[in-house]
Amino acid sequence: MHQPPPASCSRSSCCVCARVGVRVSALAPAAAPCPAPSRSLGPRPPEPPSRGTSTLPLAPLGPWCSPTGSPAPLSCETGCGEGSWILVCRLLVPTQVSLLSMEEDIDTRKINNSFLRDHSYATEADIISTVEFNHTGELLATGDKGGRVVIFQREQESKNQVHRRGEYNVYSTFQSHEPEFDYLKSLEIEEKINKIRWLPQQNAAYFLLSTNDKTVKLWKVSERDKRPEGYNLKDEEGRLRDPATITTLRVPVLRPMDLMVEATPRRVFANAHTYHINSISVNSDYETYMSADDLRINLWNFEITNQSFNIVDIKPANMEELTEVITAAEFHPHHCNTFVYSSSKGTIRLCDMRASALCDRHTKFFEEPEDPSNRSFFSEIISSISDVKFSHSGRYIMTRDYLTVKVWDLNMENRPIETYQVHDYLRSKLCSLYENDCIFDKFECVWNGSDSVIMTGSYNNFFRMFDRNTKRDVTLEASRENSKPRAILKPRKVCVGGKRRKDEISVDSLDFSKKILHTAWHPSENIIAVAATNNLYIFQDKVN
Amino acid sequence: MFARGLKRKCVDQEEDGEGTLAGFSTIPSYSLQRQSLLDMSLVKLQLCHMLVEPNLCRSVLIANTVRQIQEEMTRDGVGRGAAPQSTGRAPLDRLVSTEILCRTVRGPEAGVPASDLGDGPLPGPPPGLCTADSAEEPRSPHSSLWETDSPRENRGSFHKSLDQIFETLEHKSSSSMEDLFSDMDSSYYDLDTVLTGMMTSVKPGLCDGLEGFPAAAPPPASTCKSDLAELEHVVEILVET
Repeated sequence: MHQPPPASCSRSSCCVCARVGVRVSALAPAAAPCPAPSRSLGPRPPEPPSRGTSTLPLAPLGPWCSPTGSPAPLSCETGCGEGSWILVCRLLVPTQVSLLSMEEDIDTRKINNSFLRDHSYATEADIISTVEFNHTGELLATGDKGGRVVIFQREQESKNQVHRRGEYNVYSTFQSHEPEFDYLKSLEIEEKINKIRWLPQQNAAYFLLSTNDKTVKLWKVSERDKRPEGYNLKDEEGRLRDPATITTLRVPVLRPMDLMVEATPRRVFANAHTYHINSISVNSDYETYMSADDLRINLWNFEITNQSFNIVDIKPANMEELTEVITAAEFHPHHCNTFVYSSSKGTIRLCDMRASALCDRHTKFFEEPEDPSNRSFFSEIISSISDVKFSHSGRYIMTRDYLTVKVWDLNMENRPIETYQVHDYLRSKLCSLYENDCIFDKFECVWNGSDSVIMTGSYNNFFRMFDRNTKRDVTLEASRENSKPRAILKPRKVCVGGKRRKDEISVDSLDFSKKILHTAWHPSENIIAVAATNNLYIFQDKVN
Repeated sequence: MFARGLKRKCVDQEEDGEGTLAGFSTIPSYSLQRQSLLDMSLVKLQLCHMLVEPNLCRSVLIANTVRQIQEEMTRDGVGRGAAPQSTGRAPLDRLVSTEILCRTVRGPEAGVPASDLGDGPLPGPPPGLCTADSAEEPRSPHSSLWETDSPRENRGSFHKSLDQIFETLEHKSSSSMEDLFSDMDSSYYDLDTVLTGMMTSVKPGLCDGLEGFPAAAPPPASTCKSDLAELEHVVEILVET
């Protein structure tokens, strides 16, 4: 992607700056120093470029693309596996209030740890609606229902603080989207951030796309550690000086100052979606991206905000015939002409933009024949795909439906090569889940860096990991009560019928209001971010 | 006994599974619970279409479910006893679900300005037709449907009370709506075992279904007089408050 010409952009007044180095997480104490060098999967990527220096663009093919990377072991059910997950830190997205008073309050918070608020204080706006690592894993962005984006930065490694590795601190916070009102349609447009996607880093600044239901924005996040001083017509506070008092001319100079991170909106891509945007995906050519809503997919150039190409349109001429919607879409990680989109009927279509500019006709169509023994009135609802993700290698597609996560080989369209049950015990509860609308929850899924492990969320603050090589799986819980910092997470088990053993939780006592919809996996290390309502948990694989 | 999968297979393989169909349609609890699932879906659609811009994915999935139930009811001869099979899909496609779905999505769509990129002027009725009188319009198709199909007399009166509920809902605040539906919370739990139970190894007996059913709060399709009286009572309270 080309660097947007700065001249054409005016700095918005709504950008908020956060001081670098302010620690907001306070849950990782210095006690119990346990060296936890995270395992790197396969070859390590080049070290993240040091900040402030101009760097080369990342190679389009990341080192994780090799599918031959060593498989990451998972904790087995007894917790004695080769690796176990530990809580690194629990982060709370700072609220508007704490943002304003961050500087003065932060020290006291550090001391008494009271910054971490209870669930009960969380407002609707604080609920995290998306989580995404950048391409190096140095930054982690979250978006919330209040339209805010919070970026966390991984703590710099230091020799005498090995135990601190893997901690993320607030780097920048800004209001990405505001609630709007569409006067023509007389409807409110929520500010909720539906998706965040990072652009590959090309210089010292970071760029990300964030979207709500209707509008995609390109944000630049950059650091500033110098400020100009010694203007002739302004004094130090910026007030104009009386020209009569100016007797000498001086040359303004740049002086070092405290590091500031500022976020500025560089592009606003609006007015192209009639329905709700569910996905955005940056193309591997780094010049274009796509945005998908319920019925259409649009292709944009980063430089052009006033027009987009409509590449898929499944809207029937007569809306009465509508039986299917687009649920997610993503570009192939390496082939810039290829993308997939999933539908509410449980199918995936792969399209090739070389075939025609309008991709209404697919190139490949992935669908699993329905199992007649499992048929019920809810068959279609639970087969609706909530997320689709290409593997880093580009060879596989992962899809998440309500009860399972499936891995498809691009070369085999008639059935998935792997199917993992996420919470099969809910199969007998579908009617109540339909009644309380949980059946429409949109769970997402992620690959680990080497495509050997997949992770997805469930209810009761549980999340699941499946090792594709060993076929082992584990259920972990992201909760404040049950996880102490640096303690090894205990695998959880849901008991299905019969006698409930100690440490097991019965299906009936699952809390369906605590759902883990959004997770992210560090691109090269075993560090995961798990969003549970307004909390963001960072876990790390503790090896040895 | 409740292996719907088996029954479907029969239907798929040979169009006239008369014996099997007749056998299944005589099981009251299954059809009752299917009816209450249908009613629940219709209420959901109704609530959906009150929103200016509903979650399209959700409403499409619910509408498809309604369609599926109605198709099966037609096949079983429960939903539309008099419907001639020869007319095939044509009447099915114009069932309630489609009407409501169409309204659901056309509401915002009708108001789409010409500025919508890549979207020509949209065919469809003028906005006034869609938004005005949201309560009455969609109901007429299914009321006729339900009243003709029902062999029982009290069906009509039940439907009337459902109408009243809808009307009440539309004039109530959202909180009272929630109150109303919170009563139904536990009512569908026993549906789970019947409607999704065929893949579990333990199949619920007929008695289980029947036992569980009267406990359900407002079982919309119940033929039981007392239930109807209770429903009327609820409606009365709602209307009064």
